Amino acid sequence: MAHGPAEGITRWLYTTNHKDIGTLYLWFSFAMFLTGGFFAMVIRAELFQPGVQLVQPEFFIQMTTMHGLVMVFGAIMPAFVGLANWMIPMMIGAPDMALPRMNNLSFWILPFAFAILISTLFMEGGGPNFGWTFYAPLSTTYAPDSVNYFIFAVHIMGASSIMGSINIIATVMNMRAPGMTYMKMPLFVWTWLITAFLLVAVMPVLAGAVTMMLMDINFGTSFFNAAGGGDPVLFQHVFWFFGHPEVYIIILPAFGVVSQIIPTFSRKPLFGYSSMVYATAAIAFLSFVVWAHHMFTVGMPIAGELYFMYATMLIAVPTGVKVFNWITTMYRGAITYETPMLFCIAFVILFTFGGFTGLMLSVAAADIQYHDTYFVVAHFHYVMVAGAVFSGTAAVYYWLPKWCGRMYDETMGKVQFWLAFIAFNITFMPQHFLGLAGMPRRYADYGLQFADWNMVSSVGAFLYGGAQILFLYNVVRTIMYGEPVKEAKVWEGAEGLEWLVPTPAPYHTFIRPPVVTSSAAGEDEWSISGATPHVAFKAAPGAG
Amino acid sequence: MSEEKYYVPEQSALPIFCATAMGVMAFGAASWVIEGGDAKIFLVGLALMTIVMYKWWSLVIEENMQGLASPQLKHSYVLGMLWFIFSEVMFFAAFFGALFYVRVFVNAWIGGEASVVLFDNTPTDAATANNDILWPGYERQWPVMETPDQAVNGEEAIFKGPDKNMSLPLWEYPASQWFSKLYTLLPWLPLWNTVILLSSSVTVHFAHTALKEGNRNVFLRYLGITVMLGFFFLCLQVAEYYEAYVHYGLTLQSGIYGTTFFMLTGFHGAHVTLGTGMLLIQLIRGLKGHFSHEDQFGFEAASWYWHFVDVVWLGLFIVVYIFG
Ligand code: HEM
Ligand SMILES: [Cu+2]
Repeated sequence: MAHGPAEGITRWLYTTNHKDIGTLYLWFSFAMFLTGGFFAMVIRAELFQPGVQLVQPEFFIQMTTMHGLVMVFGAIMPAFVGLANWMIPMMIGAPDMALPRMNNLSFWILPFAFAILISTLFMEGGGPNFGWTFYAPLSTTYAPDSVNYFIFAVHIMGASSIMGSINIIATVMNMRAPGMTYMKMPLFVWTWLITAFLLVAVMPVLAGAVTMMLMDINFGTSFFNAAGGGDPVLFQHVFWFFGHPEVYIIILPAFGVVSQIIPTFSRKPLFGYSSMVYATAAIAFLSFVVWAHHMFTVGMPIAGELYFMYATMLIAVPTGVKVFNWITTMYRGAITYETPMLFCIAFVILFTFGGFTGLMLSVAAADIQYHDTYFVVAHFHYVMVAGAVFSGTAAVYYWLPKWCGRMYDETMGKVQFWLAFIAFNITFMPQHFLGLAGMPRRYADYGLQFADWNMVSSVGAFLYGGAQILFLYNVVRTIMYGEPVKEAKVWEGAEGLEWLVPTPAPYHTFIRPPVVTSSAAGEDEWSISGATPHVAFKAAPGAG
Repeated sequence: MSEEKYYVPEQSALPIFCATAMGVMAFGAASWVIEGGDAKIFLVGLALMTIVMYKWWSLVIEENMQGLASPQLKHSYVLGMLWFIFSEVMFFAAFFGALFYVRVFVNAWIGGEASVVLFDNTPTDAATANNDILWPGYERQWPVMETPDQAVNGEEAIFKGPDKNMSLPLWEYPASQWFSKLYTLLPWLPLWNTVILLSSSVTVHFAHTALKEGNRNVFLRYLGITVMLGFFFLCLQVAEYYEAYVHYGLTLQSGIYGTTFFMLTGFHGAHVTLGTGMLLIQLIRGLKGHFSHEDQFGFEAASWYWHFVDVVWLGLFIVVYIFG
């Protein structure tokens, strides 16, 4: 094995190094974030005022579709896979991911998949125009030809996700340093292990859904056609059997990140480590049995409505355990408010808010009013933007010094945080009001009574877009000119193996696994050969 | 470095070429299925993929022969294969689930009946309305021999049911005659396919035991038999499809019954093809003497896959054929 990175472009094209691949994922994800963000700007510009202003309705709906697809599959998911690649081997003391070449394959599929997906916008008949949930028959009988490109793009990005997840599972199960038992793993590793399991379980179901579409469109089958004995509602069942676990695929790694950062800046170990693990597992399990809460208005039997309502509400219990634990971790901690911590605190508040609106939506009778309105849009942006995107941003600020050996500009970070936080709320808070007042989602135009809040929301969206440019600037500036950091432990309160390796993290870490010994106080002491022992990982009470 | 335990390979051009091949294949497949399209781009992708796969597997086998694969690395391969099989299980689950939903719920609703009876037996208004307003005349039935489209539009229907289905022949007779009609099962292909596939699971197991005992000749013989059985299975399936298309009027287009029948058995058949291919490669490797009684991962992976394909078939045999 070579000691440093290869020279030139092949370093990135041919790499087998988890850190390089992590970096690729993160940059790709940011590029997609800006692309999806651009689509969002088109949407909000059109909705700035009532009436058809900038784009035709046919194009508007392509924008909402692409915005959702690109953000979910291109921005958020790859961002967390990037973090997993960088951090999991370093957190469990492994030399690399278990299957390094497959790791590189998983990444390089993505640019192809998204090139195909985005190219559909320029095709005859336009791009996908059926929403990111691509309900049949909009996506079958009435779809443009480009739907076929969409289908195969989904196929290969699914293959990428499955391989990526298998790699993560194999890494966590097989590559932990001796002494790193399951119940000593950092929570980020745990949440990713469970997320990877969810991915392997549901990505194939998504593949099944698009395969059924492909057959209905081109080969005369009747999965989603009642004339032949099938049912369009079948599509919704298959899709949401994938789709609801998918939203937890998005949020669980975010939970993991927050569970790493809050203890660091509270200078206290995470409260209730093992309950965090069990809560994560419970959420993952429940996510398989609640999918039809997206379908309360579709005409399910009453027994179905009731079952899915109560099952959905149950998820609030383990989610509540997590929120409780984060708050209790902060309670009486010596808290400092660096940028990552600010984003995490905002996460806890805003995610909880989104959870509450979720709870409102889970009331089947009430959902008949809320369904397909901006209230739903507001709900899922609170959990996905203030949840997943905020925690992803926090993670970048938190680990960036470890990755590149330079410190970001704290003032600029804080400015970015406040800009993002305020702009986010200006954008999405009014959408609750719009939705409750009855404004439907996915339309290019709206009634005059919705005009004021829409204008506010659009202004917020442009500000939020601006905050991302500031983020990009801060990250690039840090990598190029940031203040060098030398300490292995960049943050005073940080615990974990990644803070034991030098800063910046060398190209290969843990070529020899770290060694763990037990101190007099019964705490684990980790050391890497050559360095003096540090107490790097205190086992949580009751754990391990 | 010699003290390294886990083999982290040097950088490699294979993954990105593999990704390129996948991208070209995906794009090519889409342009192929669109009306007026052709397969050119897809075939280019496929050719590239074939080369990459050949090179990649050869490389892995070579590394293995050089002893680079530590037990820990092999365990990664084991985990990789098992979780891959799990993902395949979930892929089939989507199609089995679709079949279940259509049979149990949709069929009842468009036929104006209650589906699962939990509390009382009266169909709801919504259920009867489905039938009265949308598909009057359609009766709940499985297999769907007359589609809702036919019930409403008669000869003009686009979706027409098959003339004959693939279910257990005994169902055509009253229960009292089943015993005397047992002979009708003899020409029933699915039964033979079940026998073949189940025996192949046994032979592959024998091959495995022989390999573990270091009994090379027995290993090769049983592995060879397994590959043959896989091949027979596929031949019979071709015969069955021919029968369906030519004599039963049963095609992919014959409503939901044809849809689910061909999609489930078709994907299974595709997996049998893949599994037979994997076993064949292991047979060739075995003939070249690649396996030792400690090192047999390639063969084991293929045989797990084979058992999985077998289990899927059992599910199919029960829900698609016997109670089809
Ligand atoms: C306590 C937790 C949650 C509950 C009870 C809940 C409940 C719901 C319900 C009932 C709906 C359907 C609303 C409708 O269409 O009428 C919904 C939509 C949605 N939720 Fe949640 N949710 C929760 C958490 C989350 C999380 C953590 C995420 C993602 C990170 C999420 C993402 C979404 C998305 C994307 C949609 C809309 C999908 C669409 O129609 O486009 N939710 N939620
Ligand atoms: Cu959901």
